[in-house]
This record gives sequence, structure tokens and C-alpha cells, in this order.
Amino acid sequence: MGKLPAAVVGVGQTHHRAKREDLSMAGLCREAMDRALADANLTLDDIDAIVVGKAPDLFEGVMMPELYLAEALGAVGKPLLRVHTAGSVGGSTAIVASSLVSSGVHKRVLTVAYEKQSESNAMWALSVPLPFNMPVHAGAGGYFAPHVRSYIRRSGAPTHVGAIVAAKDRQNALKNPYAHLHNKDTTVESVLASQMLWDPIRYDETCPSSDGACALVIVDEDTAKASPNPAWIHGTVMRSEATSAAERDQVNPQASRDAAAYLWKQAGITSPIDEIDMAEIYVPFSWFEPMWLESLGFAEEGSGWKLSESGATAMTGEIPVNCSGGVLSSNPIGASGMLRFGEAALQVRGAAGEHQIDGARKALGHAYGGGSQFFAMWVVGADKPTS
Amino acid sequence: MPRTLSAPVTVAFDYTRSTGPVIGRFLTGLRDGVVVAGRTSDGEVVVPPLEYDPVTHEATTGFVEVSPVGTVTSWTWVPEPVKGQPFDRPFAFALVTLDGATRPFFHAVDVASPDEISTGMRVQVRWAPERVGAITDIACFEPIGDEADARPAGGGLLEDHLVTRVVTPVSLDYLYAASPEESAFYRGLNEGRILGQRCPTCQKVYVPPRSACPADGTPTAEEVEVSQTGTITTFCIVNVPFLGQKIVPPYVSAYVLLDGADIAVLHLILGVPADEVRMGMRVKAVWKPREEWTYSLENIDHFEPTGDPDADYDTYRHHL
Repeated sequence: MGKLPAAVVGVGQTHHRAKREDLSMAGLCREAMDRALADANLTLDDIDAIVVGKAPDLFEGVMMPELYLAEALGAVGKPLLRVHTAGSVGGSTAIVASSLVSSGVHKRVLTVAYEKQSESNAMWALSVPLPFNMPVHAGAGGYFAPHVRSYIRRSGAPTHVGAIVAAKDRQNALKNPYAHLHNKDTTVESVLASQMLWDPIRYDETCPSSDGACALVIVDEDTAKASPNPAWIHGTVMRSEATSAAERDQVNPQASRDAAAYLWKQAGITSPIDEIDMAEIYVPFSWFEPMWLESLGFAEEGSGWKLSESGATAMTGEIPVNCSGGVLSSNPIGASGMLRFGEAALQVRGAAGEHQIDGARKALGHAYGGGSQFFAMWVVGADKPTS
Repeated sequence: MPRTLSAPVTVAFDYTRSTGPVIGRFLTGLRDGVVVAGRTSDGEVVVPPLEYDPVTHEATTGFVEVSPVGTVTSWTWVPEPVKGQPFDRPFAFALVTLDGATRPFFHAVDVASPDEISTGMRVQVRWAPERVGAITDIACFEPIGDEADARPAGGGLLEDHLVTRVVTPVSLDYLYAASPEESAFYRGLNEGRILGQRCPTCQKVYVPPRSACPADGTPTAEEVEVSQTGTITTFCIVNVPFLGQKIVPPYVSAYVLLDGADIAVLHLILGVPADEVRMGMRVKAVWKPREEWTYSLENIDHFEPTGDPDADYDTYRHHL
């Protein structure tokens, strides 16, 4: 028996902010969950299982938060699973939830992912010095900056492309009421003028630190009949690889390429740029837009920057990327991947509001995490998959 | 000498918790000397209040003040208290059902021996001398022999000044243990040598040695000493200060591919202005004075340019 059809019928998210001091972690999850359930026209009583995801426990200092959250998440008397794959966790959590439906185990699954970054300091949490080692680590930016430099060298991209991406995503965020950053004055010039933090990454080319959550309701074909606009899941994939191996390609990781190839095959897509109407791609540092465009097969290797530079990834372009403002405008780490997946679903449901791409029928949701070693992706469509 | 090296490491942070309205109300009560419970839809009175009703899933909005006096419903003895517990002497942890509540509350009871506590015993809250809006505002429970000894409840909540945040210091002490192979690497550094291991399957030389090849999983045994000179493959100039940072920015954090190795090590570059550091630059290890050496990659103070011409791109492009 193959996979059963599964669809997203509810999407909810918090208003992402630097500090949501009005809410506990449970309250943050519930703000997103209650919106997703209202969108799906369902209640927690209709839900068969809950799947929760978040990034490292050190971010909030709560070990196994799913224990404390069980009641608030409405999981009493139901299966509760917690997923963890670093920054990609929002995506892999949604995929675990969808697999519970597509396997026929459950009919209605609610999935939620969150991060409350204001409870600690991610930079600290990602840079704890270890004995015997050289303390040169400097958070996620310090980790990824050398690989961005490698991409620029390998591709010969002009150095202002990162600023084009950052300005585009910040402008897109103005159309998204949930986005953390609403900086209307951000331009390519202002990004280029911002402080160089982790050379070659500038301040305005990095994601903010956010409190936020995202929730999805994923249901079987029968339940989806009641929805006016289900987002059908056309394919899902997760892949991992070693953090450090000799000659590991950290610009275009093997696991990313393998994941994309398998995803497109499942979704029956032969030319992503022609067949995908918009993409929500995990871009925490602006240069990752052209990097992932290549890895995902939207552009030839070495030419992803040409799409970004030409405006092809803008809302009016050939392949709009991150119409929501993306990770560059809201980064509740654990939820960031699910936001990509959920925003893709909103687009094919025609429910993305001001940042809707007219007539979007097929969209990509993408997340990555760790040292570019975990990948999670899905394709959602307005039409039920034929096979 | 043990086969492996280990060293203590402490991970500590003062977490700032947003309490939300429900737990915030409970903590506000403690600050003001009253115990606030929450009513659930199925008629239970719970301390501390649940943020969401377990049956209806609605946010809890029904609050009730319960007595600081209650009954021990179960207990356990703590003969050897550890750091961070309510007492530094033996004590009991107990479930106490406060008068007016239907569900028990977990806290410490100050008794000198397990003979002095029993199920059914009456106890009351002993408030901390200074109350700030935290669970530690209840110092502990103490036995009451006579109900007449029970202290009355406090004065009620200051509604216009609710607790919304608590600081939760967390400190974890670990013993960080290096693997046998890493230990050999650190011992080598203590002798001024940089050691790696070659994978018998793919022939790649790993520095530091990994004990098994990350690419093909083959156990690695052959020790290889690599050069102290290498090539900068790629790098980052760190300009951003952050909590816990050991090196004052700006500094160059670079991947150095040592001659004879197949994977780059991350290290510090000095001896050249940051904006003159290049991909392909040839650099050499600069060691600290020998008397400062220990079992650490920090024995190499930094890498600095050799002054030789840059390496050809083709010699390191597969490491980008």
C-alpha cells in the first residue's frame, strides 16, 4: 500500500517578536495552535495526535519541555511525540506529523513548533567553549560565514547579492502582519551600509532572534473534504549527513542535493523553476538564498546568484522566494522550518493575504539545520496528487 | 596516566522565564503571602494552577485562594541533599494537599528525621523572610502540632503589580571526556606535534583523529604526524562581541588545511591585518612558550603567514 493522501487544512502562527513576555512557552504554542485549529474549523477534541518540535533545549534551559507542555498542547490521553533536528526541526516535525496521516495511523494530527529565544541567548548556547579546544567559535553566523565566503569564491558572485536578498525579504515582511521585523526603510544600500558582523555577513544580512510558534493541522482525505482549500502534500523528504568529513561540501551538501532529487521525483517535478510557483526556503543569512537555489535545482551550480540578482526571486519574479519575509524577518528557530512549510501551504490555499502569489498551485517548503547537515522539505499543491 | 583526558566544564545561564498570566498569578500570590489555586472544569482545585484546562483545553481563568495549611498525602526522605535543594541538611519532600485544594502540591518539609513525618500529618507554609515572586518564597512546610498554631493566610494580591517574569539560574557541571584518539592528539600537542589518523579505506587523514572515518565508518588506527604549515581555505572575520566569548573581536577565525591533512582545522589568524587575510594564504603554527603548554589545541597560540606565495586554488578548492 502506498502513501495515503494528506493535506494541510489549518495553519496558525504567533505574532513573532524579540520578546513575547506576555506568554509562557505553553501560551506561545497555544497562540499558534488555536489559530491553526480555528483555520481548520476543528477543536483539540478532534485531534488524534500531537507532534511538537523545537531546537536545542539549551535555548530555554528546559529539558524535555514536552513533558511540561503535554497538558497545554491538549495531548492528555493522546500520542505526543517530540522531534529534534536542530534548525530544520520545524520542517521535520511537520513531516513526522504528515507521515502519521499518510501512513494511515491517524486521521487528524496537530503539529506545533516553537522557540522562545528571549529566555536565553542563542549565540551563547551555540558557542559553549569545550575543554582542550580552540575557542574560536562564534555562534551560527561564525559557523556559516566561512561557507558563504566559499560560495562567493566558487560562484564568482558579486558581493552585493546578499544585500539584494536581505532587502527583498525585509520588504516582503511588510506584507506579513506576523513577521518580527517590519523595517520599511531597508534597501540594498542600507543593508550594504550595515555593520559587518561575521565578515562576509553584515548585520542586516542576518536573521533576528525571535519568540514565536507555528502550528499546522494535517488531515486525511475524508477530513480534508470539509475544507474549502486544503493544501495537498505532494512529497516530503528528510536527509542527514556527517557534520565534518574530509572534503564535505558545505556550500552544496550531498544530503541537500539527494533530498531535492528525491522530493522532485515524488512530486513528479522535472523542472522546479517551471513547475514550482513559489518557494519558502530556509535563509537565515541572505547568501543562503542563491546557495539553496542551486542545491535545490532552481539554478545551475554557480548561477543561483543570477536569479537573486535579477529579481527572479522577488514577489513579481519567475520564482518568488520567501514572500512571507522568511527567516531573515522572523526567526523563532524551532518554528522557522514549520513557518516555511506553513507559508507554502498558505500560498497554495490562496490564504497568504497581502503576500499571496496570485494563482500559486504548487509550492516548496524547505528547512535545514545543524552545520548544514539536516534537511527537510515538502511540496504542497492546490490539487490532490494523482498518484 | 589514564588512557583518556577529561576536564570539567560548566554550562550556566540565568534564564529569564516569561510566566504567562496563570503561573504569573500563582507567583504573585506567593510574593504577597497567599497560595493561589486554579479551578478546573471537572471541579478540581489545583496548586499551582494549570495553564490550560485538561478537559476543555481552555486557558485557566478561575482562581481561588487556598489555605497555607494542609495535609501530607505522601512523602520521601532526602538523606543526602545536593546543591540547589531547599536544605543543606536531611529533609523530606512531600505532597501536601492544602485545605481548600483537591490536588496535592510538591514541596519540602523541614523535619529532622523520617520518624517525624507521616502521611496524614498536618503542615503549614513557612514563608521565606524575603518574598520576590518565586517558588522559593515558600521556604518549606513545617509540622503543626495544634491547629491553633496555624498562622493565618496573608493579605491578598496586589492586582496592579503582577509577576510576569522569573529568573531561573541553571548551572550544569559536566566532566568532558575526550576520546582515546582525541586524547592522543592533545598529548601530541603537549609535545609540540600535530597528530592525525589515516582512514585505511579512503586514505584521508583526519586532524584531530576521529577514531572512525566519518565518511565510510572504518575504524582508524594509523597515526600520522602532519605539518605545522598549511593553507587557509576559508575564513570569517568575527566583529561581533557575545556572552562567553574568549577572544576579543575583531579576530579572524579560519579553516587551516595543514599539509598532509585532508580536513581543515579551525583556528585563529594573527600577524596580519584582518582585511589582508586571503583564501589560499600560506600560514604556520605559532606556539605558546613551552612552559605554558598543556593538553590543548590552545598550545598553538595562532597561525601567521609564512610569507610564501599563496597556494593554487586547485590545491584547496575541494575543501570549500
